[in-house]
Amino acid sequence: MTTMDRLVGAGVDRIDGPAKVRGTAPYAYEQDPGEPIAHLAVVQSTVNRGRISRLDPSRAEALPGVLAVLTPANAPRLGKGLASDLPVLQSLDVHYQGQVVAAVVAETSEIAKAAVGAIAVGYDAEPPDVALSPDREDLYAPEKLMAGFATDSIIGDVDGALAAAVVSIDATYETPTQHHNPIEMHTSMARWDGDSLTLWDADQGPHNIVNDLVTGFGLDAGQVRVISPYVGGAFGSKAFTHPNQMLAAMAARVVGRTVVYELTRQQMFSLVGHRTPTIQRLRLGADPEGRLTAISHEVVEHTARIAEFAEQTATPTRVLYAAPHRRTTHRLARLDVPPPTIMRAPGETPGMFALESAMDELAVVLGLDPVELRIRNEPERDPERDLPWSTRNLVECLRTGAERFGWAGRDLRPGVRTEGRWLVGTGVASATYPTRRRKAQCRISVDGAGRYVVEIDGSDIGTGAWTALTQIAADALGTDMASVELRIGDSRLPFAGGAGGSTGLASWGTAIVFTARDLRKQLDEQHGGQPPAGGLSVDGELPGESPHAKTHSMHAYGAHFVEVRVDRDSGEVRVPRATSVYDAGTIVNAKTARSQLLGGFSMGVSMALHEGSVTDERYGHYVNHDLAEYHVATNADIGEIDISWLDVDDQLANPIGLKGIGEIGITGAAAAVANAYWHATRLRIRDLPITPDKYFRELGES
Amino acid sequence: MREFRYERAADPAAAVALLAAAPDGAFLGGGTNLVDLMKLGVATPDVLVDVRELTSREVADLPDGGLRIGAGVPNADLAADRRVRERFPVLAQALLAGASGQLRNRATTGGNLLQRTRCGYFTDVTKPCNKRSPGSGCGALEGVHRNHAILGQTIAGSDDPATCVTTHPSDMAVAMVALDAVVRVLGPDGEREIPIAELHRLPGSDPSRDTTLRHGELVTAIDVPALGMPSRYRKVRDRASFAFALVSVAAALDVRDGVVRDVRLALGGVAHKPWRASAAEYVLRGMPATEASFAAAVESELEAATPLRDNAFKVPMARNVVVRTLLDLAGRDTERELA
Repeated sequence: MTTMDRLVGAGVDRIDGPAKVRGTAPYAYEQDPGEPIAHLAVVQSTVNRGRISRLDPSRAEALPGVLAVLTPANAPRLGKGLASDLPVLQSLDVHYQGQVVAAVVAETSEIAKAAVGAIAVGYDAEPPDVALSPDREDLYAPEKLMAGFATDSIIGDVDGALAAAVVSIDATYETPTQHHNPIEMHTSMARWDGDSLTLWDADQGPHNIVNDLVTGFGLDAGQVRVISPYVGGAFGSKAFTHPNQMLAAMAARVVGRTVVYELTRQQMFSLVGHRTPTIQRLRLGADPEGRLTAISHEVVEHTARIAEFAEQTATPTRVLYAAPHRRTTHRLARLDVPPPTIMRAPGETPGMFALESAMDELAVVLGLDPVELRIRNEPERDPERDLPWSTRNLVECLRTGAERFGWAGRDLRPGVRTEGRWLVGTGVASATYPTRRRKAQCRISVDGAGRYVVEIDGSDIGTGAWTALTQIAADALGTDMASVELRIGDSRLPFAGGAGGSTGLASWGTAIVFTARDLRKQLDEQHGGQPPAGGLSVDGELPGESPHAKTHSMHAYGAHFVEVRVDRDSGEVRVPRATSVYDAGTIVNAKTARSQLLGGFSMGVSMALHEGSVTDERYGHYVNHDLAEYHVATNADIGEIDISWLDVDDQLANPIGLKGIGEIGITGAAAAVANAYWHATRLRIRDLPITPDKYFRELGES
Repeated sequence: MREFRYERAADPAAAVALLAAAPDGAFLGGGTNLVDLMKLGVATPDVLVDVRELTSREVADLPDGGLRIGAGVPNADLAADRRVRERFPVLAQALLAGASGQLRNRATTGGNLLQRTRCGYFTDVTKPCNKRSPGSGCGALEGVHRNHAILGQTIAGSDDPATCVTTHPSDMAVAMVALDAVVRVLGPDGEREIPIAELHRLPGSDPSRDTTLRHGELVTAIDVPALGMPSRYRKVRDRASFAFALVSVAAALDVRDGVVRDVRLALGGVAHKPWRASAAEYVLRGMPATEASFAAAVESELEAATPLRDNAFKVPMARNVVVRTLLDLAGRDTERELA
């Protein structure tokens, strides 16, 4: 950015911080609908596939305090056109374990939950089909992947190049099912006033939710209002509508008063999506100097029987390194599982674990520094789209990170460093994530005193958007933050897409900048540069993608350097220190950005060492469906993390020059940990998470 | 969740009388485990008799240098007690290795002993579990059991009502077993003392029972006799905090002139109860305090291991951490530490 900036870039404290600390920032469950609230609890299927054969609500209906029991037999009919798991209680068919088969509405949450226990359900069930394998005969190629990516990409003669390669590796990597588990459970509170619906909701963007309610309840868009000013984490699980919004609205309509539905933690493992497991075969061919001649990345992953979700797992392999012969493919198995959804850097997160592990393995075979291997394969242009980069500073991230971490002089040999009983190693991996922006509309009003109101349906899911957008607006309006009142998180506000794909600030911020320019122009040209006494209001719009998006390839980059220690007696793993350097364009708020990048990297460490939803293939369920047994990294698992970014911007992406930071931090992080684990132990773990039992497995002792 | 009655009593005897008259009732201590199980429908008491304020919250000196720990003492207080930290480091370390700061503030000493297993089939009422629902079978035997038992299980087929392969979750209890603690109990028939090694049981033919306590019996205190040797607790887990043990070791070792005079060894995370490694102790007494002796001792204990499909790693893991823990203790000078 230019030197005109005053606020963008500064580490401004969160403007919503005091209210959150004091507990006065209302989350969905805490909103006051203006009338007594009824509570909803659900009965979930215990089978994965079949049909309800018996469902007797009479005992529950007879309990004092129960207002209604909704079942497929009596639930209001929803409109056609709802996808995936949204036609809630519309059929006796069961498609996944945990599907809602009945719902109780009661005066209190306790009564509702007690009544759930009084509902007996029988099923005609078939055995669950939940095991993902690359050998399944029913794997298929989806028509396209998420975000519109092509299913496969094939350039040149990959098999020929692999066969001819002087040096090659061929390895298969696996990542498990993961569940997002934001701190705030999904919550929806619905109130009807005639045919108008108000939904206080935990989501990543109210406008993302409105359409499904319109479709489901046969309404006009103007009859639905979704309000979500504060959201306690999401990671993708709150991006789209899930059964909770449909249920709350349906129940409120039946009982004629406000109904709230807050999921239990256990329900977070079946009703709001997950990251698909992946099995990825990587083959790399190279010349003796380490220049890649061929890359092949073949992905097998799952989707639900009732909805296709095709994660774009190999897409980072299409942009990261140069090679004349290249292939990426994606194949899906339709299983009796809940619908997968996006989870922090869907595609890049599992895909980069495989690609960046394979690059490390290739460096080992070559006897080459893994940083140098990456630098030698830096492409001048996007290797598959054959476009110039808007900006690309991966090499500088690698070099800067190596310097900050103290990489120079690293001994390439594995398993030779010890400190007491610790085996010590270091590892590196690259990071990348696409830079995009989406359509967004904005209204900015100024009163006679020069106070501004900025309205846009942006979303702050804990990221700092409240603050960063206010900074952007104040700069764009040439004023200070105290003169700007930001309004976000309400579908009555001008349209914006949700928080996702690291597009929030790029989209909403740019819409604000455009609208502010219009406003200032009108003030200058028609009002002598001063706000008129009666005020002025201007509507603006960002049409969508950057005009340069078709001519340039736009991505954020990063490099992670990690030290790993493995206890040689127990196989326990620690990450005492790490350095991450990012090319994420302009950083809007140095404080909240650091938190975002730190959180992303920590989630990557968590993925590497802890996270995984374990399926029992006989019963078809996730066995570890709570936070005691689904392990995420604790504070004690995260050591000293050095976060920094290059002083760069990307004016082709958007006028602020930012690339988005919500997801870049997690990409590649798990590979850096796994690579350092190998360097510490000589053991290459290709199936995450790297739990202590795998140490003994690799040693051949179990 | 089942509706329940909540009762308070004037004194422990009244609490015992209340519960004795309520066959489906339960004592409530800190509630950190029981209340969770009630929410899940795993525990369905019709009466809760709150004993948290009834049993002693004092740690008192015993004449021999031991301690009498009131059943109501919070885990956090016990871990912080100077006498515990100085005389029984193994106990303080075990307490701090368990749960989280918030839970340790709330959880009681008596309740900690009586935690239920965290087996994923036990805590899910839609799946078979002989412990929760006798006769329903064992989901874990051929299911997800990476963190289940390697010793003392009852393995008789998934559908057999006796099968149970789970572990006891407490860290504190493992240290208490190594310390030869004595559990003081008040029941409908009066007081009795139970050596802690006899409190927890193996599943045998009745996995539903975790302990030898009779209904209505209330743990009032735990006596820990003087130890007289250095001790420590080592816990191996999937993450650095807030995870149950894959394997844990409570050990105390008395080495004089290079020879093992006395040793206490108990393992956690390996069995349905805290596992006193009596065979290893027997082998070790009188042997030179060397790595070879420690390895031979632990091998003799683990000979009996019957690992499941996915938890054989616990055998080498237990072997390694026992040897390492004993070596750490042997490296200390018993005389100086006790001076």
